[in-house]
Amino acid sequence: MAFVLALVLALPCAGEAAAADRRSGSDFMAPETRAMQADDMSNPAMLWVADGEQSWHRPEGAAGRACATCHGDATRSMRGVAARYPAFAEATGRPVDLSGRINLCRRTHQPAPPFASESRELLALTAYVAYQSRGMPIAPPQDPRLDPFRANGGALYERRIGQLDLSCAACHDARWGQQLGGSVIPQAHPTAYPLYRLEWQSVGSLQRRLRNCMVGVRAEPYAFGAPELVDLELFLMGRAGGMALETPGVRP
Amino acid sequence: MSRALVSVPTTARRGEVIEIRAMAAHLMETGHRTDATGTTIPRNIIHRFVCTYDGDEIFSAVLFPAIAANPFLAFTTTATTSGVIAFSWFGDDGSVQQATAEITVT
Amino acid sequence: MLHEVRAQPSIGPLRRREVLFAGALCIFGVALPRAALARPSLEDAIRSFTGGAAIQAGRVRLAIPPLVENGNTVGVTVAVDSPMTGADHVTRIGLFNEKNPQAEVAVFRLWPRAGRAQVSTRIRLATSQAVAAVVEMSDGSFWSSDASVIVTLAACIEDLS
Repeated sequence: MAFVLALVLALPCAGEAAAADRRSGSDFMAPETRAMQADDMSNPAMLWVADGEQSWHRPEGAAGRACATCHGDATRSMRGVAARYPAFAEATGRPVDLSGRINLCRRTHQPAPPFASESRELLALTAYVAYQSRGMPIAPPQDPRLDPFRANGGALYERRIGQLDLSCAACHDARWGQQLGGSVIPQAHPTAYPLYRLEWQSVGSLQRRLRNCMVGVRAEPYAFGAPELVDLELFLMGRAGGMALETPGVRP
Repeated sequence: MSRALVSVPTTARRGEVIEIRAMAAHLMETGHRTDATGTTIPRNIIHRFVCTYDGDEIFSAVLFPAIAANPFLAFTTTATTSGVIAFSWFGDDGSVQQATAEITVT
Repeated sequence: MLHEVRAQPSIGPLRRREVLFAGALCIFGVALPRAALARPSLEDAIRSFTGGAAIQAGRVRLAIPPLVENGNTVGVTVAVDSPMTGADHVTRIGLFNEKNPQAEVAVFRLWPRAGRAQVSTRIRLATSQAVAAVVEMSDGSFWSSDASVIVTLAACIEDLS
């Protein structure tokens, strides 16, 4: 452990990590936490993935359709899908994240009331779909309609906020690898969401994590589902393009 | 909703010591936390776990609030005969979660 | 608070000193976490597990990381040097902590057919503290091992509201 920390602290930490230096948050974890993520029978997030698999096959709504009715076998039809989100949604004229897409699908095609943000059902189904892309490189869509929203996400990433007057970049670009309290500051690549945080003792979304960070710098967090949070995710997934998806991850 | 995941080898040689792992979805509310109004959130944990092999108890546990959420247990048994390994988690609220796995012993 | 005072073994009517003590508990009870007053010590909890029998050092290996990233989920493995035969096996493994609101963590029941005396679980540690594993053998002897764990706290923890 001491060796690992020393190694991390010795790395150069100035500026945004070049593509070759990009590291997943899992690289900064204790070996015990990495082992928990690596083994499906130890990874508590697999309880949510198993729930999501059941949900995939359950008919719902007025039409009595399950996800599987249209999409068939998720292990084939959903392979690679999460790696391409957020994506442009014609219905709203804006980017939508994977959970948002699931809820759009529910409303339009089942039709059934959307799951609440951060509900166990929504996290489980999102985790199950994203799990189908585990190990695949993040592949941000080249859709030009996304560009202004990605740019907005980048601007939000650089903007100083809160009583501590910190931007995302001030920690995750300028000081990654250094200690903040007892934790190592990671590079903020959303490679493993939804993921199980030991602190949460539950699976949660990237939006939950982003809101945590905002509370951490004493800023008013955006509401779940706010367009700003989706724009931030769009920017972060572009920044992490090519890195492997780890869903469902485990983090401290 | 699936509430438990168990891991048992599908096959084993007679006399082989096998590892069994079991994980159940549960908040394990300690009874020591308070909500936003200062009211104590009542304790609600899995307080007992039992594993049987063809009906015989092979491992059990009494659990306290210091067991982490989504309780994880790993233990061993000797493969004796082909049969069913059954798992039960007993909650404070009277609920019982159950799971089974089959093992073929050669 | 009254309940906790009553829970103390007492013989005969309360004497003045005991009444004063009860009063003091009530005053401090406002400011102190209830559990801090209520919990028995690590030693008391172990004594009620062993029934006061002597405990020997050795035979027990308690594997727990010395430094953990989050106290909510700490992996623990207890392994015991035992042949796990009908004549000589582990019957119970008790896991205890020093500073959580409750001293007990878990009690595991084993039989010879376990083949190996090894159990793993994940526990909660409210703060840096000692953890102890106490093992009862089929001959009635008790053996133990303990370890100290430093719990670091995450910098950006979620507000509880």
